[in-house]
Amino acid sequence: MRSVKSLEEIRRIIILHKRWDLIFMITGIVALMIAIMTFMALFAHMLIDGLPRLSWEFFTSFPSRRPESAGILSAWVGTTLVMLVTAVAAVPLGIGSGVYLEEYAPRNLLTEIIEINVTNLAGVPSIIYGLLALGLFVYQLGFGQSVLAAGLALALLILPVVIVATREAIRSIPITIREAAYALGATKWQTVSDHLLPYSSAGILTGIIIGLARAIGETAPIITIGALTFIAFLPPSPVKDEFPFISFEWLTAPFTVMPIQMFNWVSRPEEAFQLNAAAAGLVLVVMTLAMNGLAIYLRYRMRKNIKW
Amino acid sequence: MAEESQNKLVYAGKLGYSFRRHLHERFIETFLFLSAILSIAIMLAIIAMLLKESIVFFRQVSIWDFLTDTQWTPLFDDAHYGILPLISGTLVSSLIALLVALPMGTIIAIYLSEFAPFTVREIAKPFLELLGGVPTVVYGYFALLFVTPLLQIIFPELPGFNLLSAGLVMGIMIIPYVSSMTEDAMRAVPMNLREGSYAMGATRFQTAIRVVMPAAFSGIAAAYILGISRAVGETMVVAIAAGMQPNLTWNPMEPAATITAYIVQVSLGDLPHGSIGYQTIFAAGLTLLLITLVFNIIGHLLRKRYREIY
Repeated sequence: MRSVKSLEEIRRIIILHKRWDLIFMITGIVALMIAIMTFMALFAHMLIDGLPRLSWEFFTSFPSRRPESAGILSAWVGTTLVMLVTAVAAVPLGIGSGVYLEEYAPRNLLTEIIEINVTNLAGVPSIIYGLLALGLFVYQLGFGQSVLAAGLALALLILPVVIVATREAIRSIPITIREAAYALGATKWQTVSDHLLPYSSAGILTGIIIGLARAIGETAPIITIGALTFIAFLPPSPVKDEFPFISFEWLTAPFTVMPIQMFNWVSRPEEAFQLNAAAAGLVLVVMTLAMNGLAIYLRYRMRKNIKW
Repeated sequence: MAEESQNKLVYAGKLGYSFRRHLHERFIETFLFLSAILSIAIMLAIIAMLLKESIVFFRQVSIWDFLTDTQWTPLFDDAHYGILPLISGTLVSSLIALLVALPMGTIIAIYLSEFAPFTVREIAKPFLELLGGVPTVVYGYFALLFVTPLLQIIFPELPGFNLLSAGLVMGIMIIPYVSSMTEDAMRAVPMNLREGSYAMGATRFQTAIRVVMPAAFSGIAAAYILGISRAVGETMVVAIAAGMQPNLTWNPMEPAATITAYIVQVSLGDLPHGSIGYQTIFAAGLTLLLITLVFNIIGHLLRKRYREIY
């Protein structure tokens, strides 16, 4: 038991505590400011270096030995194609998996294992997915160092993101919607496809965009599958002028992507190439920021609009 | 009679319809189940692939040598296969990153959750989330071409490739993850706990440290563990800015390679499938997976042990 304190003593303690409170508040503001300022400084540096290199030619030229005429044409075309494969593979599987876990899965050991496993997959370093893709897709299944192998590797990588987003979006729909649908005689799938999926589409879309934004910037898994860094040609076009008009040759073509191109330029000793790296980085940052910004905006609007 | 047979027909039609409907439902349920089970298949495939190549590797190199040899030179004529230099590089760079990210991330989270006015939080939170999406190769560029020259002004003898600048930039990169997740965990603590604390005359700082943080411990632990696995598994920043020479050192001012940087280095070259060099990256990958797995298990146990239920 402490002794009874005099009023002055108590006042002193209160003043002391309030001072600590103030000190911490200032520390917090300073920490936030330092973090924001550091990021600003980094991006300003890249903007100053990279902006002069950005021109129409930069987007329409192939990489080259001469830094002034080098561009990112093969890189952004490659990124687009790889993302196409990633989206086509990850979106249905991720949504399917999320719907199963949220609506169909019985409460048993298997379900619990799947749930823990999805969390664990999200924590696996991205380069490990690269090793999996190298062993499985490139050699075992014989896809080679192609758009298909890279797209599938990134699809596996972002699968947990899509699954978690789907589950959260579906979980937030009140049970009454399901009860109403069942009361009208709808089957489980009719309830899911006619009600739950449309109502959760904004949330799922947010997850897909965040996942794809992450995939666009991933470098390590693509380096690991051995993607070439100097590609001065485009993959075969997916559209043909003769029947059947669509070709899938591009799936097995060698390719390069934006972050690989940037990595290639960063690791050159010549300063002119590093300016190219800054420009490529700028394009990459604008792309990912735009995608993440869109996702955050969608989520914000969703939170505002939906009132069950 | 006619009416009866018609009724039968209607019933048969209904039966057929419900049968088709049932089949359709089963078909879709099977697809959904398969896509859910895929996540387990991926995990098993990762483990199988790493083990398969690592076993071939460990037939030629004993596990004892792998764990105790102090040199990692698999691509030289005088080949040594000691993982220690790669582990030391990984630990030093991760430690520097965590020394930056955990305190900064926690302070920012406490400020945003307990002190900041509504508008500041509404602006800062999405801003931090945006930064979490910037590609890591871009941070590698920052480390090599911005932070290293800056550090060389303070330490003139600092080499162009070093663990210090890679670690610092990695730390900055991880701040948004840690602060965002920690803040979420603290916000999830029910308001009446805070109200109780304030009613006792506690300040915001005391409430944050003694009431909210202990209550949110499991979430904060999860945020820290995520930060640690990010740092250990981070590839591009160290591959670009720390150099790629394996170097058994605890000095952050030296160049060194991490496990991930080594995998990148080998992948950039043209190693034939099935050679021992090809197998080393799987052995290195297995080591990396085990390290992150250990941290994930610790995090899981911590969460279980300290989960607070209201």
